[in-house]
Amino acid sequence: MVIIKTQNLSKKFKDLLAVDSVNLEIGEGECFGLLGPNGAGKTSLIRMITAVSPPTQGDICVMGKDLKTHARQVKAVIGVVPQIDNLDSDLKVLQNLLTFSRYFDIPKDEARRRAMEVLRLFELESKLNSKIGELSGGMKRRLLLARGLINMPKILVLDEPTIGLDPQAKYLVWHKLGELKSEGVTQLLCTQNMEEAAVLCDRVAIMHLGKVLNIETPQNLISKYIGKEVWEIGVNSDEREKTVKELEKRGLDFENVMGGIHIFHVETEEQVSGLSLPIGKLRRRPATLEDVFFRLTGRSLIE
Amino acid sequence: MKLFSRRFIRVWQRNLDVFSTIWHTEAPGFAAEPVIILLAMGLGLGAYVGMVDGQKYIAYIAPGIIASYAMFSATFECTYGTFVRMEYQKTFDAIIATPLSVGDVVAGEIFWGATRAFMTGTTILIIAAAFQLVHSPWALLIPPLSFLEGVMFSSIAVFFTARAPTIYIYNYYYTLFITPMFFFSGVFFPLTSFPEMVQRLSWVAPLTPVTTLTRALFNGEVQPSLLWALGLIVGITALFFPLALRTMRRRLTV
Repeated sequence: MVIIKTQNLSKKFKDLLAVDSVNLEIGEGECFGLLGPNGAGKTSLIRMITAVSPPTQGDICVMGKDLKTHARQVKAVIGVVPQIDNLDSDLKVLQNLLTFSRYFDIPKDEARRRAMEVLRLFELESKLNSKIGELSGGMKRRLLLARGLINMPKILVLDEPTIGLDPQAKYLVWHKLGELKSEGVTQLLCTQNMEEAAVLCDRVAIMHLGKVLNIETPQNLISKYIGKEVWEIGVNSDEREKTVKELEKRGLDFENVMGGIHIFHVETEEQVSGLSLPIGKLRRRPATLEDVFFRLTGRSLIE
Repeated sequence: MKLFSRRFIRVWQRNLDVFSTIWHTEAPGFAAEPVIILLAMGLGLGAYVGMVDGQKYIAYIAPGIIASYAMFSATFECTYGTFVRMEYQKTFDAIIATPLSVGDVVAGEIFWGATRAFMTGTTILIIAAAFQLVHSPWALLIPPLSFLEGVMFSSIAVFFTARAPTIYIYNYYYTLFITPMFFFSGVFFPLTSFPEMVQRLSWVAPLTPVTTLTRALFNGEVQPSLLWALGLIVGITALFFPLALRTMRRRLTV
């Protein structure tokens, strides 16, 4: 069943088209990733889907309800974990959750029960009377995640949920998100961490300059654009021209990168053997989503 | 379209919760300072001034102090207070991702500012009563009037805040709008003591009808001709409340 559907969704700021006719269909229980460089339009897109920013054009349907007319009902079943820390720094940790519960009209006793549960889930029980200012960056992020679950959302929208987390906390969060998925919570995950997308997402959309370029499973994206492995050649500028000619002659799919060349879709070792290269300059490694990301969005800085 | 829903009370509750933990740091502003002004001006200056409009100077300025400090309370809350919550703490962004709308947030802020005005007005009224300055039962209507005054000044303040590019812009708001009203709205001297030109300006200041009305209730000199003052307060509120909401929606939901 489709739980989030956007049709021709666009957002325009003055002379910038931040989101350009995006069509998405996200299934119930799916973890859907939104990848893209800075300024690709990811945050603008999720702000529209979470009903805090009105679209310039197009329609959004969440759980069969038109967002234009049912914003309140939709927001009641969405949990939002924002990229920017907007915890209420006037309130302590537990108060943050209880106050937030009140925005959802959750009765007092139930709110307290849920608050303790989500604090336990993200290992923050010992901090319940701490001030927000006393928390580390990682704890704040975990508290944002905990807060996003307080209304027991059917849809969880996460904007860079593990940014700035240490590896321990990152794996804790990944594990919890995996558990939520198995409980049937749909997730819309906006991330720049390709490993995160590969681990968590059923499908990913790659966004670039406001447009969705591709929607696939991470595995399909990798095999489609990169193949199983990437062969990396380290070359200096003198060697580059010669190597490029040779690769072209062999009909290989490759890309010039800083300090070297990446070769994709290598089926057999013969295709790359015998390249006249200095020893030790050829390295093979498994292809990742990051390779796809670079191929689709380019290597230059966008801003 | 409905401007806001009953859910605004959640924002009001949030602000009350915060206030209940920090009220003692606010008390100097809404209780101690007005008392100091009341005594310093009332007794100090009052010794030279003698009687104003047939009453002791301290009794003359007491209702003006109520009206002006209620204005200050609502204004501080919905200028600096609202700006910090909106811009630095991003509290409103978090709230509008829940079932609350921008309208609910704005109404919550405005009614909270009005509550602060109510608390301040009531506190000073009680202190004035303790100094045996209050003699008319009409004075019991001053707290609700302070609340209404608070809705008006909070609405104007939120409207300004919604358009404020930085927190420093409030220098203009206070120096050019709030402080002049404190001196030219009949708090310390009857408007008739000013040149006609200044008097005319005073009559367009929103604090003037509030001072006039508060003083009338304080002295028990209530007459139908005061309805214009009430009408003015209601009119200004009816103008700025929806304006505050519209400008804030534009700012928060880009």
